[in-house]
Amino acid sequence: MAKTEKIKISSCDDNALTEISRNGLLSLSIVEMRRVQKYFTKIGREPTDLELEMIAQTWSEHCFHKTFKSQIKYTEVLADLAPTTVEISSLFSLIKEATDILNKKWCISVFRDNAGIIEFDKSNCICFKVETHNHPSALEPYGGAGTGIGGVIRDILGAGLGAKPILNTDVFCFGPLSISHQEIPEGIFHPKRIFKGVVSGVRDYGNRMGIPTANGAILFDEGYLYNVLVYCGTVGIMPKWAVEKEVKPGHLIVVIGNRTGRDGIHGATFSSASLEKDIPTSVVQIGNPIIEKKVLDALMLARDEKLYSAITDCGAGGLSSAVGELSQDCGAVVHLEKVLLKYSDLKPWEIWISESQERMVLAVPPRNFSRLKEILVSEDVEYACIGNFTSTKKIEIYDEEDLVGNLDLDWLFQKGELPVLEAYFEERKTVSIIPENIDIVEVFLHLISDSVIASKELVVRQYDHEVQAHTIIKPMLGVDGLGPSDAVVLAPLYGSYRGIVVSCGINPWYGMIDPYHMAGCCIDEAMRNIVACGGDPERVSLLDNFCWGNCNDSLELGKLARCVKGCRDFALKYGVPFISGKDSLNNFFTEQDKTIVSIPGTLLISAISVIKDVRKTMSSDFKSAGNLIYILGETKNELGGSRLFHILNIEGGRVPEVSPEINLSVMRKLYNAINQGLVRSCHDCSEGGLIITISEMMIGSGYGVEIDIEKILTDIKEPVVVLFSESQGRFIVEVDESCVDRFEKLFQNLPCACIGRIIPAFYLKVFSGDNQLLNVDGEEIKQNWRGALEW
Amino acid sequence: MVKPIILRTAGTNCDLEIEWACVNAGANPSRVHVSSITSRKVNLLDYDILIIPGGFSYGDDLGAGKVLANEIMLKFGDLIEKFREKRRPIIGICNGFQVLVKAKMLPFWNKQTASLVWNDLGRFEDRWVYLRVEKSISPFFRNMPDVVRFPVAHAEGKFILKNNALLKKLEKNKQVVLRYVNPSGEIASYPYNPNGSTSSIAGVCDESGLIVGMMPHPERAVLNVHKPDWLRNNAKDGYYSGFQFFKNVVEYCL
Repeated sequence: MAKTEKIKISSCDDNALTEISRNGLLSLSIVEMRRVQKYFTKIGREPTDLELEMIAQTWSEHCFHKTFKSQIKYTEVLADLAPTTVEISSLFSLIKEATDILNKKWCISVFRDNAGIIEFDKSNCICFKVETHNHPSALEPYGGAGTGIGGVIRDILGAGLGAKPILNTDVFCFGPLSISHQEIPEGIFHPKRIFKGVVSGVRDYGNRMGIPTANGAILFDEGYLYNVLVYCGTVGIMPKWAVEKEVKPGHLIVVIGNRTGRDGIHGATFSSASLEKDIPTSVVQIGNPIIEKKVLDALMLARDEKLYSAITDCGAGGLSSAVGELSQDCGAVVHLEKVLLKYSDLKPWEIWISESQERMVLAVPPRNFSRLKEILVSEDVEYACIGNFTSTKKIEIYDEEDLVGNLDLDWLFQKGELPVLEAYFEERKTVSIIPENIDIVEVFLHLISDSVIASKELVVRQYDHEVQAHTIIKPMLGVDGLGPSDAVVLAPLYGSYRGIVVSCGINPWYGMIDPYHMAGCCIDEAMRNIVACGGDPERVSLLDNFCWGNCNDSLELGKLARCVKGCRDFALKYGVPFISGKDSLNNFFTEQDKTIVSIPGTLLISAISVIKDVRKTMSSDFKSAGNLIYILGETKNELGGSRLFHILNIEGGRVPEVSPEINLSVMRKLYNAINQGLVRSCHDCSEGGLIITISEMMIGSGYGVEIDIEKILTDIKEPVVVLFSESQGRFIVEVDESCVDRFEKLFQNLPCACIGRIIPAFYLKVFSGDNQLLNVDGEEIKQNWRGALEW
Repeated sequence: MVKPIILRTAGTNCDLEIEWACVNAGANPSRVHVSSITSRKVNLLDYDILIIPGGFSYGDDLGAGKVLANEIMLKFGDLIEKFREKRRPIIGICNGFQVLVKAKMLPFWNKQTASLVWNDLGRFEDRWVYLRVEKSISPFFRNMPDVVRFPVAHAEGKFILKNNALLKKLEKNKQVVLRYVNPSGEIASYPYNPNGSTSSIAGVCDESGLIVGMMPHPERAVLNVHKPDWLRNNAKDGYYSGFQFFKNVVEYCL
C-alpha cells in the first residue's frame, strides 16, 4: 500500500463527502468539505490524505476558533423587558474591543502571539497564557493533565522569541468526589480517579520542569462528571528585544526536542468534538518533562545569542500547525523523511499531524545553524533541519522525492464563509425562599467543609511552589502554613524587589443563573485577590478562558454570547484589558441513547498585576490579638448560586451583581492603605461569604474573633443572609488601633465598617447586637476545613 | 575570587538561584553542564567549590539522583577524588544530596551506608520546616540561630542508614548538620519531620566536614522576604540564614 494515498473527492456527493470526513475523524462540516472539493476541482487533481488532514487540522474548532470568529445573531430576553436582537460581528471582536478602547500603554503584544505580553520594567516583559486540556484529561487523566501543563509551558517558550517560565497556574473542575460508583455512567471514570490523575500529572510535569505551581482553584460539581475541566497557565519573563519574531525566505526550518511518534494523532480534531464512549486513547499525547526541560535550557542560551529569528511550539496539529503558521506569510518546503521518528513505520500524514510533545519549531538563518547545533549537542537536545521557508506562498511537503502535499497558504488560512450563528438567551427570574429556623452553627460547619470551600493544602503542597526562589507570598501562609492565600506574589528578577501578583476568578454557579453577571463576578474576584495581596488595581491585565458545552445549540451559544458581553462590559468598567484568551467549546458527552450532556458554561478569569516592591504586599492571616476588624464593600441579599444555596439545595435566586464604580474605588483605596502600611492582614470575601473569609484568617493565625454583624452597613435583617451572602467587592481587613484614623479617613464615603476585634482565644464569636449567633472552637473549624479533601 | 562550580544536567532545576546566592556571598560562580566536564572542555579542578543543585536529574529514573551519581563516579570519579583530597567543599542540596549519597560520597567515603527513600507520606511535598543547627564538624553552619527555617520540596527525602551502629557513629563523629524539629527546637513527628527521616536527620557531612548534603533548600531562604511568615514578624529587608550558609562556604575558601 502506498504511504500516501489520493482521496477521490471530485465526484462525491454530499453524503460521500460527509462519509469521508467522518471516517477520517476529520470533523469537517459539509460546507467545509464542499469548499475542499471546489479547491481541488479548480487545481485539477484529487487531494492526498496528508492534505485533507492538514486542512482538517487547520480548520478545526480547536485551531481556528470558528465559533468565536463567526457572526452571531443574538436575541436576548431579559425579564420585564422586550426582547432585543443584535448582530455581533464576532465574539472575539467583542473581547478585543475592550482592550482596544482601554489602549493601555503597557500592553506590548495582545491576542496575536502564543501568549499575551505586557511590560514588566524598562528592559523586560511578562507574558501569560492559560490553556485547557479537557478532553485528554477525561480519557487519560495523568497524561492528559501533564501534557496540558507541558503544552502551555511551550506556549511561553514560543511567545516572541521565547520567555523563561516563572510560574504555573492550574484550575480544575471535577465531578463530586463523594459520588458512589453505582452512579457513574458507562464510559467515564470516577471523579476521584480523575482528580488523583490530574493532580499527579500536573505535579510531575510542573515540578520536573523547575517551575513553581503556585496559584489556582479546584471546583467540584455534578456538571463536570462527564467532562472534567483542566486549565493550565504559565507566566514567563523575557527581555524586551525578544518580543518580535520574523520569518524570512531562506531561513531553515529546525525542529528540536522530542521525536515524532503516533501519539496524539487527531488531538486537534478530536478535541473539537463531543466525548463519547470508546474513543481511542491514541489521541492523547505522551509527555516527557525532562526532554522539555532540556529544550528550555538550550533555548534560553540560543535566544540570548540571537541564533533564531522566529519560534513556535508544536501543539495541537503538530508540525502541520506549527510550520503552517510560521510560513503563513511566505511559504515553505518541508522534507518529512528528515523528521526524527520514534519508530519507522509512520505514514507521511501521521508525521505531519502527530502531536508528540516537547517539540519546538525554529526559523534559523543559515549562517547561525552551526552554532545552534553546538548548543543543542552540548545540552543533549535532538534536532533536525526539515526544510526551509520560501516566498512561494505555498506549503510544499515532500516524502523523499514524492510531493505529498502542495497547498496555497492564502486559501488554507482564509477564514472562509462561516455561517451566521443563532444565539438565544432568556433570563429566568426566580424567587427563592430560605427555610426558616436554619441552624446557623450547623450550616456554618457544613459550609466550611464543603469541598469547594475547604482547604486545598493536600493538592497545593504536592506542587513545588517556590523553586526558582521568586515566591514571596506563597499559596499557603501564616502559622504552620495553614492559611490560604488570595494570590501569589513573585519577585522574578534576582536582586530586584519588583514583582508580579497573579490570581484567578471562577464561579460557574453564578453562570447557571446569569452568565453576564458571572463575568462581572469573576473579574471582580480576580481583581479582589490581586488587591488583597497588595497588587495594583490600575495595572491589572486579564486572560479569559471559556469552557462551554454544545455550542451548536442556540441556547448554549446564547449563554456564551451573554458571558462574552459581560466580559467586554466589565473589563471596560474596571479599566482592565484582556491580553490573551482561549475558548474550549464542545465540552459535552454524547450518551449511548444520544442524549447530550453539556458542562456548566465556565469562565476562568486569570489576572496579573505588576508592582514596584514586593515588600509592600499583604497576607490573609490575622497578625495580633487586639487589632480591629473591618469589612469593606456592600453586603446585599445575593445568595443565588451561593454555596449556602448549594448545600440547602435551593435553585435560582439573586446572583451577585457587581458595582464596578464602588468596588473599584474600594480597591484603589485598599491598595493605598496596604502601601502605606495601614493594613496588617486582608482577605477577600468569596464563596461562602464573609464568615468563611474570617474563619480562614483565623486558621492562618491561631487567634479568634469577636464580631457584631449589626455593625455592617446593610438593610438586610436576616443574619443568615448577612453571614452567607456572596456579594462581590468585599474585603475583611485587620487594622492596628494606631492606624485607625488614617485608615477610616481613606474610606470616607465608601462602604467601610469596623465590625469587631481579634481576640487571643481561638474562638469564632459572632453576635447580632446582643444575640450570639456563633461561638465555635477554632480547632473544630480548622478540622472541618482541613479534613474535607481526601487523597 | 572564590569560584564555585554549579553542576547541571538534564532535569537540574535550582542552579540559577544557587548561582545568585553565591554571587551575594561574594563568589564568582559558573553553571556548567556535566557534558562539558565529561568532554574535558572544563576542568573541575579549576574551581573551589562543587555544588550539585536540586531538581530531577535525568527524571530521577532508576531512583532519585542515581543516574547522575553513576555518571559522576564512572566518568570523572578521579577528578572528584582529587577535589576531595585538596579539601575543597562539595555541597549537595535536595537532588544533589541524593546524588552524593548514591555516589557513595556521603556520609562515609566510598561506602554505601545510607540512602534517601520515599517520604513516609508516599508523595512529593513542599513545606517550610524548622531545622536545628547541630553542633557538627562542618564549618558551614556557623553564625546561624539555633533553629532556622528552610523549605523542603521532595518525594524521596527520607534519610535511612544501613544499621543503628552507623547512626551512633554519625552522632559520635558529629556528622549530623541539620535535624528536623518543631518551633521549640525539639524532635517531633510529621509534619515537623516531613519525610520520616531516621533520627530526624535533614543533612549530614562526611568525616572531613567538607562534603555536605541536605534535603532542605538554603538557596530558597536567602532573603527575609523568602520566609513564609515575613509579614508576621515584619522583617522585610536583608538576608536570612540561607544566605549565611553560602557565605560560610565561600569564606571557608578564602
